[in-house]
Amino acid sequence: MIRFEKVTKQLGGKNVLEDLSFDIEQGEIFVIVGPSGTGKSVTLKHMVRLLTPTSGAVWVGDTEVSALDGAALSKVRGRFGYLFQGGALLGWMTVAENIALPLRENTKMTEDEIAAQVEEALGLVGMAQDGDKLPSEISGGMQKRAGLARAIVRRPEIVLYDEPTSGLDPVTARTIDRLIRRLNKELGITSVVVSHDLQGALLIADRIAMLTGGRFVEVSTPKEFVASEQPDVRRFLDAQFISKKGIEGM
Amino acid sequence: MITREPVYTDEPGSMLVSLWRQIILGLGAIGRAGSLTVQALAGIPAMLLSRRGCREMMRQLFIAGIKSLPVVTVVGMFTGMILGLQVGLELRRFNQEIYIGSAVMVSLLREMGPFMSGLILAACVGSSMAAQIGTMTVNDEIAALEIMSISPVRFLMTPRMAAMVMMTPILSFYTCVLGVIGGGIVGQTQLNVPWDQYITMAIDFARMRDLYVGLFKALVFGIVITGVSCYEGFTTRMGAVGVGKATRRSVITSFLLILIFGYIITRLFYDL
Repeated sequence: MIRFEKVTKQLGGKNVLEDLSFDIEQGEIFVIVGPSGTGKSVTLKHMVRLLTPTSGAVWVGDTEVSALDGAALSKVRGRFGYLFQGGALLGWMTVAENIALPLRENTKMTEDEIAAQVEEALGLVGMAQDGDKLPSEISGGMQKRAGLARAIVRRPEIVLYDEPTSGLDPVTARTIDRLIRRLNKELGITSVVVSHDLQGALLIADRIAMLTGGRFVEVSTPKEFVASEQPDVRRFLDAQFISKKGIEGM
Repeated sequence: MITREPVYTDEPGSMLVSLWRQIILGLGAIGRAGSLTVQALAGIPAMLLSRRGCREMMRQLFIAGIKSLPVVTVVGMFTGMILGLQVGLELRRFNQEIYIGSAVMVSLLREMGPFMSGLILAACVGSSMAAQIGTMTVNDEIAALEIMSISPVRFLMTPRMAAMVMMTPILSFYTCVLGVIGGGIVGQTQLNVPWDQYITMAIDFARMRDLYVGLFKALVFGIVITGVSCYEGFTTRMGAVGVGKATRRSVITSFLLILIFGYIITRLFYDL
């Protein structure tokens, strides 16, 4: 579904990604973990050409997205939903208007149809009563959930999640994790998640990839990941109190 | 594609290389700002046909017009009063103070009306455009629009452009009217020029051409302010500091371009 072919990305004279190659299968939840500043969000942004590789290619299906521009790029982006770290809701619109925006701008749906879709999306993220609030009137967790509702309202094939649980309390974080899993199962959405939160990653991922030094040092199922002997992976697991047997108490 | 990657370059080897690079980057910026401006102007007819576009344009008309009105009123009135006083004091040396009406009217219509309203709109509305769009850029809202296949130019810049294109000539005319009234007040109270004489001289010397050229100038200033402010907003980097820098740059660049375009238009329409 998504394929990186030897992608190198230079930013500020430094190779953030280096010969990165991987595939993401249709319908899978692929989680990218790793320390801050290793290029996780950079990887995600290449998938919708918010960034362009210095060398290499990014494919979405049969289309090389890294070579697209204009209407063709817009068409490919229509296959994606993107949850930004802060939700990226438009501040002067209510939550419902934010969610309705891609439908109003890109479809010929009637207002009644749009309202029904918005209501459904709000229900999916547990915000059925909050549609008429402004983004400034809701918490950070709710903003993320609203951002998620906006990302899925067009029923995209692929949803990209940039740090969906960062800055959230553990209960809200697990709610978001369960939501990602549920959307994947119920709507068949292919999901790519960038996260620091390994506990959440182990809960939802079909495969986890660890990005360090611009390359994946481990790509495996959650079980294999926890059992990995790779030193970077081990350090990352130890830092979050996860042993080979699972999550330890402190 | 509005969302662009920052350009990283090596440290320049010499001042000459640095200067050359600045020129190239400056030309690139002018090109991009010009291209955005043309796209925004070209999008106005389609925007006027859509309900959302018209609604957003009305909101921008309110921001650019109604909210700027108090400042424009005060500035317009005092510009006329200052003009009337300065010109009147000089004319009185030759016992010709009855001509202050014509001097105030002509200078307001040709230059001061569009110039002062342009400066006010650049400071009040342009800076707010740059700050708002800049904040949206650093908060990933512009990238979010692009991923939703919504053109940020069509969605954000076109309604602002339409509002400014309509509002700058109106506000310029309003400044001229208030300026003439202000000049008249000074004439009557401090220079002993009767009101009816002041108005008669003002109208006698005013030419429709002066009015048209002034309104045209105001229109160009509106386009320049919107183009510069939105461009600065879209190219904002580095969080809150970047928003502050973009806002500052938008005001300075708008002021400079208002002066430059003001001169060029005057030179084009008036023979030496």
